[in-house]
Amino acid sequence: MRALVAMSGGVDSSVAAALMLDQGFDVIGVTLKQWEGPDGAMPVSGCCTLSDAEDARRVAAQLGVPYYVLDYVEEFTAAVVEPFADGYLNGLTPNPCIECNRKVRFHALLDRTMELGCDVLVTGHHARVVDDHGVYRLRKAVDGSKDQSYVLHMLDQAALGRIRLPVGEMTKQEVRQRAGELGLRTASKPDSQDICFVTSGDYRDFLRNRIPEVAAQGEILDIDGQVVGHHDGTAGFTIGQRKGLGVAVGEPRYVVDIAPREQTITIGTHADLLTSSCTATDMSFTHDPLAAGDRVEVKVRYRSEPVPAVVAGAGPLWTFTFDEPIPRPAPGQAVVAYDGEYVLGGGTIVDDRVASSQ
Amino acid sequence: MYLDHAATTAIRPEAVSAYLRGIEEANANASGTHGAARAAKNALEQARERAAELLGSSRPDEIVFTSGGTESDNLAVIGAARASGRSDVLVSAIEHKAVLEAASHLESMGCGLSMVGCDHDGVVRPPAVAAAAEGRDLALVSVMAANNEVGTVQPIAEIADAARSGSPGALVHSDAVQAFVGEDISIESTNVDLLSLAAHKFGGPKGVGLLHVRSGIELDPILHGGAQEAGRRSGTSNVPGVMAMVAAMEAVVRGRDRFSTVVGDERDAFESALGERIPSTVITASGARRMPHFSHVRFRGLSAETLLIRLDQAGIHAAAGSACQSGAVEPSHVLSAMGMTAEAAGECVRFSFGWNTDVGDGTEAANAVAEVVEAL
Repeated sequence: MRALVAMSGGVDSSVAAALMLDQGFDVIGVTLKQWEGPDGAMPVSGCCTLSDAEDARRVAAQLGVPYYVLDYVEEFTAAVVEPFADGYLNGLTPNPCIECNRKVRFHALLDRTMELGCDVLVTGHHARVVDDHGVYRLRKAVDGSKDQSYVLHMLDQAALGRIRLPVGEMTKQEVRQRAGELGLRTASKPDSQDICFVTSGDYRDFLRNRIPEVAAQGEILDIDGQVVGHHDGTAGFTIGQRKGLGVAVGEPRYVVDIAPREQTITIGTHADLLTSSCTATDMSFTHDPLAAGDRVEVKVRYRSEPVPAVVAGAGPLWTFTFDEPIPRPAPGQAVVAYDGEYVLGGGTIVDDRVASSQ
Repeated sequence: MYLDHAATTAIRPEAVSAYLRGIEEANANASGTHGAARAAKNALEQARERAAELLGSSRPDEIVFTSGGTESDNLAVIGAARASGRSDVLVSAIEHKAVLEAASHLESMGCGLSMVGCDHDGVVRPPAVAAAAEGRDLALVSVMAANNEVGTVQPIAEIADAARSGSPGALVHSDAVQAFVGEDISIESTNVDLLSLAAHKFGGPKGVGLLHVRSGIELDPILHGGAQEAGRRSGTSNVPGVMAMVAAMEAVVRGRDRFSTVVGDERDAFESALGERIPSTVITASGARRMPHFSHVRFRGLSAETLLIRLDQAGIHAAAGSACQSGAVEPSHVLSAMGMTAEAAGECVRFSFGWNTDVGDGTEAANAVAEVVEAL
């Protein structure tokens, strides 16, 4: 059996490659070149940089496996970068990692895995694929604090059957320890935090350069439409944001609405922020689809605990009603439904008001 | 199976022994005043005399030793243009990055840069050069002697005449890094003013090359320091490297007939055997005169990126486009200049043979490649 390991140059995918060798696979390491400067060079800052590729290349050599860099700039730009920028222009908070997983990593690269004569695609994601009597289930990682099942919710049976996520079975500490034992140069490399194609360090600068509309000064409104302040561009805000509003009023205020085309931000109290449901589009399921009335737990952002909810509307727009109101999730992020440890499916959150007017 | 000689060819035994002789007997700093330094300097100058002879020149001072093709190209394009008192340069669209980027660096410093294209076979046409040069006070025109991706041999003598007829007084440079191994090329045979060579393309070591500069042409140095190479290129002389390069040049000149017959025949055998087994293949620039060791092949419907990895898995070393810093295959500016679509360009693989290619290697290579393609 042969495994194609997507190596980002980080410690997780380095150890994933080593674990596949342990399991007796022939391993091929690849790094995806997803983004480039105007001269075609790989970025030097952010994630997936030239030095990350060099780390991956060196780890592959230490493990004695062949290694290649594959050019996915065109696919990545079309599937991830452009929608990311467009999303902000429409008041969304897009999740580029999810779009990359959906369209590039577990789509284009999965096809390529087969073309290259490999049987499985391996990444360093912290999540688990469980073979449950012929049904593949996507399970949270052993290390709950590193769990990435949220950004993998789009995987279906066909994909899950061809994917291996070996580091999901380990804690991050175990992963680092293993890398250290193997003498891999990535053993103590810090985790990447940035959005990989934002090379200047701050995604807001990336947006300001790309879409001037979201960098234009505008008004901050209260819930009644009164001007209460000014801002330096809607790109600097996300729904639920509390800090950096520059508005001094008694009770804490939160961003409750962003209107990039009008260049306004609306703020309100915590009560104004709360909502009892969310609506999603483009739902996909790891196995059986959900149905109206199903009780699930949902996660509406990467870093938040799942909350109990009921499927109130099932397709084409999906509505989830929360048992208790929660701060309004940001349109553009994903809502992912869980059954305990297992991912059932997920979709992209849309603005409730826009959705209900459709 | 090594089919990537255009990237770096096998080192010749003559070069290895010359290198060893160099580090044993001429390893002192050639700029010193003592006996050991004199021995190194003497070996360097002997190599320079021989290099000039092998390039058809009686003027050893026309030879500037460099660290390789990129430095030679930069020194020619930037150094000669700056010293000429004129500012504009004209380069072909299919040049190596070393020329293109040097020219674009000049442009960023305020010089005028223009480009001349090529035809569908990857050949730069002299009339196009004349037209692009017409009426302009060009400092320099740079057109390569043979292209590094598709292997097309350029009509350099005619291009040099055309450049000067369009823009009298323009200097003409040719990057002969890929051509020298198989073409009898020199500034005398082509009538250019500056010619770049790189040792590792013809059996010498990496890190050494030369720029042949016609007498009387001034160069502004691009490396500043101890004023070695008559002030044209500072940096401690790489005497063993130079000795190895010149030994490889001797071997090139001795072996050129064999290169164009045996190696060329094997390339031809490769292409016809491959075409028989994989009829969907298309040979790039088949209508043009090509270097005998180059075979650039389009595999319709197959991604070159995938094919290269499958070939590598089967132990066959080939190339596509030119590799960027990271090793990813980049879209080729050469194929695009030839009018090839991006889709077609993404299906092309370069196979290149070398001085040590032997009878039967071409067919064997074709069968090995065909086996991989048939399994896809």
